[in-house]
Amino acid sequence: MSGNFEVIGSRAPRKDAPNKSTGKARYIEDIKFPGELAGALLQSPQAHAKIKRIDISRAQALPGVVAVITAQDVPDVKYGVSPARYDETLFAVDRVRYVGDEIAAVAAEDLATAQRAVEFIEVEYEPLPVLLTVEQATAEGAPWLHEQFPDNVCAQVEQEFGDVEAAFAGCDLIQEGSFFSKRQDGAFIEPNQCVALMDSDGVLNLHSSTQVPHYVQRTLAMVTGLNMSKVRVVKPYVGGGFGPKASATPIDLAAGFLAMKTGRPVRMAYTREQVFLFSRARHGFTHHMKIGVKKDGTLMALDHRATLDGGAYSSFGIATVYYAGSLLGGPYKLPNMRYHGLRVFTNKPACGAQRGHGGVIARALFEQQMDVIAERLGMDPIELRLKNMMETGDVTCNDLAMSSLGMRECIEAVKNGSGWDQKKGKLPKGKGIGMACGFFVSGAGYPIYRSETYHCTIMIKADEDGGGIVVYTASAEIGQGSETTMAMIAAEAVGIPYEQVRVKSGDTDFGIDLGAYSSRTTLMTGHATKEAGENLKAMILETLAQELEIDQSRLDIKNGLIKISGDPVDFSAIRIGYIKEHRGWQDQPSGDELTFREAARLAYLRRGTLVSTGKYKPPVLGGKYKGAAVGTSPAYGCSAQVAEVSVDFETGQIKVERITDAHDCGQAVNLTSVEAQMQGSVSMGLGEALFEEVKFDGQGRILNPSLGEYHIPTVMDMPETKCIVVESGEPNGPFGAKEVGEGAIMPTIPAILNAVRNATGLVLDETPLTPERVYLAIKKQKGA
Amino acid sequence: MSKQAIILTVNGVARQALVEPNQTLTSLLRDELGLTGTKHGCGVGDCGCCTVILDGETVNSCLVLAMQAQGREVTTIEGLAKGAELHPLQQAFVDAGAIQCGFCTPGMILSAKALLDHTPQPTREEITKGLSGNLCRCTGYEKIVEAVQDAAGKMSEA
Repeated sequence: MSGNFEVIGSRAPRKDAPNKSTGKARYIEDIKFPGELAGALLQSPQAHAKIKRIDISRAQALPGVVAVITAQDVPDVKYGVSPARYDETLFAVDRVRYVGDEIAAVAAEDLATAQRAVEFIEVEYEPLPVLLTVEQATAEGAPWLHEQFPDNVCAQVEQEFGDVEAAFAGCDLIQEGSFFSKRQDGAFIEPNQCVALMDSDGVLNLHSSTQVPHYVQRTLAMVTGLNMSKVRVVKPYVGGGFGPKASATPIDLAAGFLAMKTGRPVRMAYTREQVFLFSRARHGFTHHMKIGVKKDGTLMALDHRATLDGGAYSSFGIATVYYAGSLLGGPYKLPNMRYHGLRVFTNKPACGAQRGHGGVIARALFEQQMDVIAERLGMDPIELRLKNMMETGDVTCNDLAMSSLGMRECIEAVKNGSGWDQKKGKLPKGKGIGMACGFFVSGAGYPIYRSETYHCTIMIKADEDGGGIVVYTASAEIGQGSETTMAMIAAEAVGIPYEQVRVKSGDTDFGIDLGAYSSRTTLMTGHATKEAGENLKAMILETLAQELEIDQSRLDIKNGLIKISGDPVDFSAIRIGYIKEHRGWQDQPSGDELTFREAARLAYLRRGTLVSTGKYKPPVLGGKYKGAAVGTSPAYGCSAQVAEVSVDFETGQIKVERITDAHDCGQAVNLTSVEAQMQGSVSMGLGEALFEEVKFDGQGRILNPSLGEYHIPTVMDMPETKCIVVESGEPNGPFGAKEVGEGAIMPTIPAILNAVRNATGLVLDETPLTPERVYLAIKKQKGA
Repeated sequence: MSKQAIILTVNGVARQALVEPNQTLTSLLRDELGLTGTKHGCGVGDCGCCTVILDGETVNSCLVLAMQAQGREVTTIEGLAKGAELHPLQQAFVDAGAIQCGFCTPGMILSAKALLDHTPQPTREEITKGLSGNLCRCTGYEKIVEAVQDAAGKMSEA
C-alpha cells in the first residue's frame, strides 16, 4: 500500500545498534553512582506460612549494614497492577504466600555483607497448607490466600455474545477439545536491576530496567507517599522485557525506601533464580472449547471455559483472564461466543503478562480444533479459514472493530510461500505441515488505572542551529526498536533525513508514556510523535512564510529541503543572513533550494527555541459490556503461519524445520524491525510449544530456576523462517502503522501443533511437546 | 583473603590488577578495568552474555577466575572496533538488524569472531554450532546468522 514516504518503510539501521555492537550501550549494571550501597532481599523459603516473629537485631548489628527494613518500616499500602485488585504489600505483613515472597531488605556497604545480613534475619514461620494447583486451591475447605478473595478466586468472567445454545442447535457439526499449558518464564537475558537515590532537589530517582517507567513512577509514589513530581524513573537500555518487566518490582520499591532511609544510592539486583521467583510471566492455562459449524464450514458458535493458575497475587491477571476470552472474537466471523474465565490464587509466584498476553493458549486450542473440524468436513484447513476470516471493516461479536485486516493476504502469502499445495498430504512419514492464524491489539484502549490521561506525550525540540531535532519521549526502548521507530516517524513528519533526528527516551521527566506493553508504542507513541513533528514543521513554515511574504500553504519540507510551489521565490536574504552568521564555517548551505537548516535557524531567530508537542489517547472504543476494556484497541494486527516439522517416532523428538510467517503490520515503519519482531515471536512461541516449563516440587519450590535447566531456544533449535510483511494500511495508525510485536506469536504454537498432528495423527493437548510426552502419546496411539 | 597482583593483556594492552582469589574474570573486566561491554547475565555459564576470547578461544568469563587470566591474552567487545570504524562483524550485526535489546550482542559477536578466526568460511551448521552457547531471547537468531554469513563474505573479500 505504501504511500510516498521518504523514511517510513525503509531499512534504516537502528539508532542504538552501533553502541550496542561495541559494548558502549549502558544498561543499569553499567551505571555506577558514588557512595552506592548494595541491597539484598529476604525472601520466604516457605510457600505458605504465617509469620510469627521477625528478629532483625543480629542483621542490624553486623558491621557494614546500614539499614534493615521490614513491613514495620514502610507504610501499609497495598499495590499491584489493576487498582481494583491491589493485593500486594512490599513486605509480608503477617503471612507469606509463595517461595520468594518478600519479607525484609537490607542495605550494606557491599553485596556480600548485605547477603550475609539477610541470613542473619530470624523469621519464625507457622506453616499453612500449601496450595499448588487450581484443584487444591478450589477444593472444599481450602484456606484462602487473601481474605478479600473468597475461595481463592482472583477473578471470574462470564460473557455471552449472541445466543450460543440456539446457535449450537442449528449446527451440523460440534467439535470439542481441551488444552493444558504450563507456566512459562519471560527469560529476558538481563535480570531486573535498579538503583535508587535522592537527588539535591529532594526527588527520589529510580534507575530501573523496566518496560514501564510511568507505572513504576506511579506505584513508587503511591507506596512511598511521595508526590509524583518527587519521583523520577529513568530507564537506561534494557535487556528485554516481554511483559514480566511491565510493573514495579519489589526491588524497585525496596531500593526506593532504602535510599530514602540511608540518604545514599542503593542498588538492588535479581539473580537469575530471583527472576524466576518474581515470575510475572505466562500463566499455566486450561482451556475447554466447544465449537459449532455448519456443514459448509461456517463457524456458528463457541463455548469456551478457561482456568488460569495465577500464583499468589493478581499482578496483570485480571487482564489476562479477560484477554484469554476476548482474543477469540476474531480473526474469524464468529457470531455467538460464550466465555467462562476463572483465575485462581495458588502458592506459587504470581503470573502476569507475557508476549501475546492471555491469548496464546486459547488461540492454540482454537486453531487446533479448526484443523480437526476441517478434516471432519473434508475441507483443506486453509479453505476453512479463508471461508470464515474477517475482512477490513468487520466487527467481532465482542465489539472489536477491524479497521484494517489483511488476513486474506497473510493466509495466501503463507500458502504460496510455503508451497502448501505441493506438500499438504504428500509428505513422507514423520513429516508434517500445519497452519494457523491469529490477531492482537495495537495497544490497550485504556490505561491500567481508570483515567482520562493521555497515553503518551511527546516533545520535539529543534536544534537552535537548525542542524536537527531531538525527540523527547518517556516511552520505553526495551530492545523492540521504539527509539528508531520514533526517529523515523519524526523524520517523516518534519521532512528531514533520519540521521538528523536524535531520540531521548525512557525518562519520566520527558512526559507521559504508559510504556512498552500491549504492542502499543508504534501506534500510540507514534501518533504523538507524528503530531509533534507536524507541529514543529508548521512552526517553521509559518515563520518562513511570513519572512518570504507568501502563503504558508505553498511551503513544505521534504528530505531536509524546503519545497516552494508555484512561482519562484527569492530567498537570498535568508541564505545571506545564514552565511554571514557562519563566516569561516565549512558547510555553508548551497544549491537551488532553501534547506531545513536555514529555515529552522530563521525560526529560532524569530521565535526563540522551537519546541513542539504531540499527544495521543485512543478515541472512545466500542463495547459496553463488563470487561470490554480488555481487548478493545484502535487497531488490530493479524498473522498467519505455516510450520513444517519432522517427528522421530522412536524418541518423540520434534524438529521444527521451517516456518513461513506473514504478518499484517498496517505499514512497516522499519521493515527490518518488523521482520525482527516476527522472528523473535516465532522463537518465543517455539520455545513454549516444545521446551519451556517452570517446574515445582511438592513444597512450591521451583526446580529449574536457571537458563541451563529451563530451556529456551538456542540458535540450533531455530528453523528456517521466511517472513512476509503484509501492509493493509491502518486508518487509525500513524502513517498506516499498527502492531507486530505480539500478534506475530499467536499462530506459532498451533501451527506447530497442527503440523505435528499432520505428521502423527495425534491431537496433542498439552504443551510443551517434550519428547517424553510425544513418545508416550505415540505409544498409546499404537496400543489403541 | 588477600588480593594478588596479576598482569594480563586486554585488547592488546598490558594491564595490571589486584584481584581477589574468588573474583571472576567478568568482575575483573567490568569492575576493575571498566570494560562494561562484557555483560553479566546469569553468573553460572548458561547464557553466554559474558563471553570473551581468552588466548583465541571463547570462554564464559563468569566461569573463569581472574587469576587464571594471569599472563594471558583477553579480547573483549571493546577490542574489536578500530577507532570509529566498526569491526566487519559489528557492522554486519548493525546492518542486518541482528541487534534488539543488545544484551547478548557483545558475547554473540565475540563467539562469531572466534568462529571466523578458526573457520573463515563457515557453513550454516558451523555458524549455529559456534553460536550455540549464546542465548538470545529477542531475535530468533535468524538475523544474527545472516550477519555472520555477511561478515564472513566481506572479510574474505578484504
